Amino acid sequence: MSEVITDSGDSFTRSAGRQLLLLGLLGVAGFALLMLVLGWLSGLTGSSSGSADAVDAATGTITLSLSGEPPQLDSTRMTDQVSGHVMGHIMEGLLRYDAQNRLVPGVAERWEITPEDAIFHLRDNARWSDGSAVTAADFVFSWRRTVTPSTASEYAFIMFPIKNAEAISNGKLHPDQLGVRAVDPRTLEVTFERPVSYFDKLMAFSTYLPIREAFFNSRNGRYGADAEDLLYNGPFTMTRWVHGAHIRFEKNELYWDKDRIRLNVIDMPYITSDSNAVLNLFKDGKIAVAGLDAETLDNALEQRWHLNRFNDGSVFFLEFNHRPERLTHNLNLRKALQLVTDPGELVFKVMKLPGNLPGESLFPVWLRGVDGPFRQEYPAPQHRVDFDAARRHLELAKQELGLAEMPALVMLTGDNPISNKQSEYFQNVFKKTLGIDVKIDKQIFKQRLAKMTSGQFDMVMAGWGPDFDDPLTFGDLFSSWNANNRGRYNNPELDRQVRIAQASLDPKTRMDAFAEIQRIIYEDAVILTHYERGVVYVRDPRLQGVVRRAVGTDPDYTNASIVDS
Amino acid sequence: MLAYTLKRLVQGVITVWFIATATFIAMHNVPGDPLSNDKAVSPEIRKNLEEKYGLDKPVMEQYLIYMGNMLEGDFGISFTQQNRRVNDIIREHFPVSAILGILAIVFAALGGILWGALTALYRNKLPDVIIMFLVILGISVPSFVFAALGQLTLVNVNALLGFTLLPVAGWGSVGHMIVPSLVLGLGTMAFLTRLMRSSMLEVVTSDYVRTARSKGLPPTRIFLKHQLRNAVLPVITVLGPSIAAITTGGFVVELVFAIPGLGRYFVQAVQQLDYTVIMGTTVFYGAFLVFMVILVDLIYGWVDPRVRLE
Repeated sequence: MSEVITDSGDSFTRSAGRQLLLLGLLGVAGFALLMLVLGWLSGLTGSSSGSADAVDAATGTITLSLSGEPPQLDSTRMTDQVSGHVMGHIMEGLLRYDAQNRLVPGVAERWEITPEDAIFHLRDNARWSDGSAVTAADFVFSWRRTVTPSTASEYAFIMFPIKNAEAISNGKLHPDQLGVRAVDPRTLEVTFERPVSYFDKLMAFSTYLPIREAFFNSRNGRYGADAEDLLYNGPFTMTRWVHGAHIRFEKNELYWDKDRIRLNVIDMPYITSDSNAVLNLFKDGKIAVAGLDAETLDNALEQRWHLNRFNDGSVFFLEFNHRPERLTHNLNLRKALQLVTDPGELVFKVMKLPGNLPGESLFPVWLRGVDGPFRQEYPAPQHRVDFDAARRHLELAKQELGLAEMPALVMLTGDNPISNKQSEYFQNVFKKTLGIDVKIDKQIFKQRLAKMTSGQFDMVMAGWGPDFDDPLTFGDLFSSWNANNRGRYNNPELDRQVRIAQASLDPKTRMDAFAEIQRIIYEDAVILTHYERGVVYVRDPRLQGVVRRAVGTDPDYTNASIVDS
Repeated sequence: MLAYTLKRLVQGVITVWFIATATFIAMHNVPGDPLSNDKAVSPEIRKNLEEKYGLDKPVMEQYLIYMGNMLEGDFGISFTQQNRRVNDIIREHFPVSAILGILAIVFAALGGILWGALTALYRNKLPDVIIMFLVILGISVPSFVFAALGQLTLVNVNALLGFTLLPVAGWGSVGHMIVPSLVLGLGTMAFLTRLMRSSMLEVVTSDYVRTARSKGLPPTRIFLKHQLRNAVLPVITVLGPSIAAITTGGFVVELVFAIPGLGRYFVQAVQQLDYTVIMGTTVFYGAFLVFMVILVDLIYGWVDPRVRLE
């Protein structure tokens, strides 16, 4: 193409340029007007949110972000952590955890637990947010609903210590036959299926929360779907829930222990899982707490903020596939891989996120034993990296398997930065030290679960978080009947120890059994423990008294207060 | 015109049905189990879940039930947001995505037309070189980079000023919209600029412009009526798909700026195999795209008299 318009080009260009400028200005003005109109419209529909300061001492308000939206808030069906966090603030069960993580009275003011049954005496000033009393019948209704097959509660199993719970859940008995009874409005009687030593601890779990039957029925199947579809009996009530956008708690004036609560409002106008966005909000002074990951940690360190650390209670490990047709069924191969695994190097040199602890045992450090911490009473087996011993085990494995060369092993892993780093590190270690090739099979969540369940792996990056405050929540993971034992590990001796721990009421007997399980899991190289997950976060120094815990409401702001700096 | 519109609408309905069927088949063949979760459940509890969601029935029966409900405008209940109807999810979150999308597309179209015309006007001169360099950047840099950069800039500006000029994230006021919509529209704007530039250059050398000039028409008239109006046609053509792309593609921007748009639910549903939400959002977006394309075709006939809709 040639320059056709050059003759009178300059004057034409100037004129056209002026017109473009004019059009541009018009465009900007039109855009601004459109924005105003749309802004007004969205104000009508959505939340007008997010310009308050992180901490406001005058009104007793703190502003936070949420990593995700609670899928729904029906306690009988909830499974996820965000819901647990929300429920812990707006509901209260028979018992709860205090700031020192001790089990203290909640709706129940006292209780008696025997090997056969338990009786809970409810306080007379526990109220629902509509003013009615929280009664024993509210617990009976909620618990029956959890085990009713049509509810399809994923956590129905947590009720199984109660008489007939499992049979009802399997459709063999009517829900009315559940071993729980309202003797009178303030007395709840529970009959056990088998003796349970940790039943009191279950009472702080969200599946055991009460639901008022009349209110539930009045919601036409929408119970827990929106803020007005819930009755509250906890320290706060939810006054606003704009899906995906905004959740707001306000102090519950009807709560029996309301003098304990010092915050008036907990506002959460930001729902995002993007760690950079969360850090930016914190930097901008808009939220009081921000969790950090490896990506945002450096940025936070540059700001010289005080870092808070906490172990969230979960343990991460490499789980072997123990199905007989797999190479990893061979103990010597597993031993070889175990002897070259150095959790310390993984945590300190590869993951480099402060807070993570090198994994030494399936049982994390926070679990309680007979009198003190379990891991102090029963230390984890000593692990030492030994390349020579590892190679000897590998040779033995090859002989036993009749292989001249070890074929490549498949390592199944999730598709996220942490798993990527980890799996590449181990791929490298296994290749360098043992000459074993590892094929990394990266899968997103559901696909990884499907492959784990059907056994399409030699080893998988897995983890486990606790449900309740007892070593059994980890201890029965590799029993032959546990559906979560996805490597299908099968050892009658381990099963026997799990049964002892389940049935016994004597702490010493139980802890001895857990110690045996700990030993078997190490010596049989059932899994290779990697780390106990740490959480690093920054907090506005004016916000005090935030409680973090491995089991129960986490993070817990019910004891928090604002101090003027 | 009316017959044409009707014909296009019928075609549109068939397209949407095809999309729904294809999605349904694809979804059921993706490896993974919609009911699986971190913690495995016993076979009995699993059976209860399957019954609840109707997954115990043969796939063909599920398909017929689903299509029947869809005809009645009922997309069912979400698997993951267990008490929310998919209709509610779309109704509550699509307006947010739409507002963001409208702003982004208006910004992109205005910017694209203006910059495109400008670069054509100053072809091979400094403004052209600078803008075209930026355009290359705009096309090649993915939106999540722009989103992160945009947010970081906001934080720094606010820190510098000592007060909140614009909020860093959140939704609900004009202030919340500006940066996300600009970030979202940037890529499309760059693309439209390039399109507009080449189209403008073509028009400038055309016979009717030369004729207009030789007739001695005033430059204003030549530029606006003969050049801009004709050059803008290709931009309008791609506008329809662009609107759909922007409205559906807001996932990253929504995540970074904590905006409660539908994009998030759309993407998460696929990751979590939330069957009803996958179907609902796909069919809805599919219908939306088809509608936009039809609309653009109709507008096209109105802008360009040479096109006769029959």
